[in-house]
Amino acid sequence: MADFGGGDLDAFRAEARAWIEANFPAELKNKPNPMMREEAVEPSPAQQAWKKAMGDKGWGVPTWPAQYGGGGLSPAEARVVQQELGRAGAYNPIGGMGVMMFGPTLLEYGTEAQKQEHIPGIVKGEVWWCQGYSEPGAGSDLAALQTRCEDKGDHFLINGQKIWTSGAQYADMCFCLVRTDTTKKHEGISFVLIDMHQPGVEVRPIKLINGTSPFCETFFTDARAEKKNLVGPLNGGWTIGKRLLQHERSGLSGGGGMFGMGRSLDNMAKEYVGVDEAGRIADSDLRSRIIQNDMDWRAFQQTAMRAMAEAKGNSGPSAATSIMKNAATSTLQTRAELTVEIMGAQGLGWTGDEFSKEEKEAVRSWLGGKATTIYGGSQEVQSNIISKRILGLPDLTQNH
Amino acid sequence: MAVLSEEQSMLRDAAKSWVQEKSPVSAFRKMRDSGAELGYDVAAWNEMAEMGWAGVIIPEEYGGSNFGYLSLGLILEELGRTLTASPLLASGLAAASALVLGGSDAQKSEWLPKIAEGTAVGALAVDEGPHHNPSKVEASVKGGKLTGKKAFVLEGMAADVLVVSAKGEDGKVGLYLVKGDDAGVKRTRLHLADSRGAANIEFNGAAAEALSGGADLLEKVLDRARAGIAAEMLGSANQAFETTLEYLKTRVQFGQVIGSFQALQHRAAKMFTDLELARSTVEAALAAIDADSPDVPELVSLAKAKMGDTFHLVSNEMVQMHGGIGMTDAHDAGFYLKRARAAEAAFGNQAFHRDRYARIQGY
Ligand SMILES: Cc1cc2nc3c(=O)[nH]c(=O)nc-3n(C[C@H](O)[C@H](O)[C@H](O)COP(=O)(O)OP(=O)(O)OC[C@H]3O[C@@H](n4cnc5c(N)ncnc54)[C@H](O)[C@@H]3O)c2cc1C
Repeated sequence: MADFGGGDLDAFRAEARAWIEANFPAELKNKPNPMMREEAVEPSPAQQAWKKAMGDKGWGVPTWPAQYGGGGLSPAEARVVQQELGRAGAYNPIGGMGVMMFGPTLLEYGTEAQKQEHIPGIVKGEVWWCQGYSEPGAGSDLAALQTRCEDKGDHFLINGQKIWTSGAQYADMCFCLVRTDTTKKHEGISFVLIDMHQPGVEVRPIKLINGTSPFCETFFTDARAEKKNLVGPLNGGWTIGKRLLQHERSGLSGGGGMFGMGRSLDNMAKEYVGVDEAGRIADSDLRSRIIQNDMDWRAFQQTAMRAMAEAKGNSGPSAATSIMKNAATSTLQTRAELTVEIMGAQGLGWTGDEFSKEEKEAVRSWLGGKATTIYGGSQEVQSNIISKRILGLPDLTQNH
Repeated sequence: MAVLSEEQSMLRDAAKSWVQEKSPVSAFRKMRDSGAELGYDVAAWNEMAEMGWAGVIIPEEYGGSNFGYLSLGLILEELGRTLTASPLLASGLAAASALVLGGSDAQKSEWLPKIAEGTAVGALAVDEGPHHNPSKVEASVKGGKLTGKKAFVLEGMAADVLVVSAKGEDGKVGLYLVKGDDAGVKRTRLHLADSRGAANIEFNGAAAEALSGGADLLEKVLDRARAGIAAEMLGSANQAFETTLEYLKTRVQFGQVIGSFQALQHRAAKMFTDLELARSTVEAALAAIDADSPDVPELVSLAKAKMGDTFHLVSNEMVQMHGGIGMTDAHDAGFYLKRARAAEAAFGNQAFHRDRYARIQGY
């Protein structure tokens, strides 16, 4: 494994730079990542070529093992790739729930055959995954889930309803928590992989308060799952499902893919509310709240760096990621509130030419960002985890 | 709750039952989905006017009931509960108060009876940018013609008569009446997150008649509008809270209603506390206006700031405590959230009113 700043790394950097230069289409430079399938626009030839190049190279998931198509790089080398992509103005075209949550979990718990079957499709960005966890009656209390999965000899038969399934309308596969034993709660849950392209699966998009429809109700009516698509032991899905949630949370706490980031609030405020004689934001009340939010964000980033340094040598995320999610989401939500406030009534524009693109995006990402303290374990659930697991406080919930 | 006269109790009860029967949140949803050009349901507004609500602060001789601001606040509060969109605030409160306080006999006779019966809609056009800043006035009047731009005029599309702040030939700020259909008035409909009616308006030499009272009149009218919107916000925030409280009592997770978790109980108690405090400030502001007390500016800024903070909190908690369902467009939580921010910004947000309060107190 290469060291920080070692000579090997310099050689690797030169190699990475050359590869990116040779493969990254110049016309995509500094363009946004088209991966968000919400818009469902046909990718351009350049976008397709870049995705294929990165997929074949495995650098979309640089640290995943090479035998399944991953980059096989050390964390230090992966950072170099990231830096060089940034330098070239290139985005990472490989992503989604397969990369963020399912892949790392399968690498840990899957059989050799399962990894061979499912990881390459994620690495190449060819198979889109969705998360079938929540149900109408099972949100924070996920283990209350009722979707039935019966053993039919050569296959499983699945009946039930999932809800809030992000990206289900675009997904090829679903990693799903299902009930295989009705006499127990946590110990009656299994982790299965379900093909979304079959008659027994119906998805109905749900509209969010910001006008987008990123998630769905998902109905399984005599849907089928192959026997080989059970991950881990029968009735042993809870442990795997929870591990996946840790990956989800650590992904969410990075600030990546979160709502509410954008240009500096300081400059924005000067533009919208003006400055005083000394060049400070004219509204001193607003100014002090912007400063507070900036400081919170800096403290969060410092904590992220510290956690990374401390975790070196340690594999995978820990319970400490719960602190990060609440800290990141609350700071970013406040930031989004401040953005809308800075823009004043312009920051409440919904449609029409009277509002700039940035203004219309601000109001929608302010609204969409409210979900970040609800999904991936709500703010309250995270606080419960901190209280119980980290602070050692007693749990009075009837969590049977 | 303020101690109400018999008339006020009757008015409030009438408003409550009409709103619950005729104008539930589903009516607002329908109005939004229909893309109503004016941002409110004209038939519902006509019913309100028939009940005399548009004339509550208008003297009897001009067709009103002269019940006062606390009374009008009671109606606005009930309307706020279900987010009922109507020109009551812009017309029956803001524009009407400008005419009552600053209109000549002729101006009053021309407009107040029509406003009271709802056949004419008035609106107040003060701000020229996205932030409330009534002292910044570029619009000007020369030879009876008004030129300038006004932004985010509530019910600006519907207005038959606009009450516009502008500088006169002496350079001093005052309020002017401009007819909505004047050839020199160009209106652009704004589509805002809260789906209410608002417009940007350009005045190009529109015929303008001065009201008397200058900048003092402007402040008085604004304070009335601020107290009025605070009353509406009080109703919205209380309903948002009650809907959330109901959910805490019914949604089951971990084999128990989520309201059994103290983490949520204490936040509910905090919201209740803030709502009670906010109610006191709103009622005190309205009562001070009725009493023509010199404390009006200070009490109004207190109410608008406190009410803004409270509605802000409650609307956020409404979404959070409903979990996933609160994020859906099919649920009402998003309506309260969007309305909260628009109402907070209208006629000065919390920062504006904290600053104004401090200035009045000499901090
Ligand atoms: C935009 C979005 C995308 C999503 N994507 C997915 C997806 O792809 N796949 C998927 O499976 N799910 C997804 N979810 C669902 C998400 O995981 C759930 O919404 C979340 O787990 C909360 O569950 P709930 O909505 O049922 O709320 P509830 O669990 O009913 O919670 C309601 C409120 O009660 C609080 N609460 C619950 N229990 C406690 C407690 N013990 N102590 C204190 N407070 C408590 C909650 O924090 C919340 O404030 C998504 C949700 C959103 C909003």
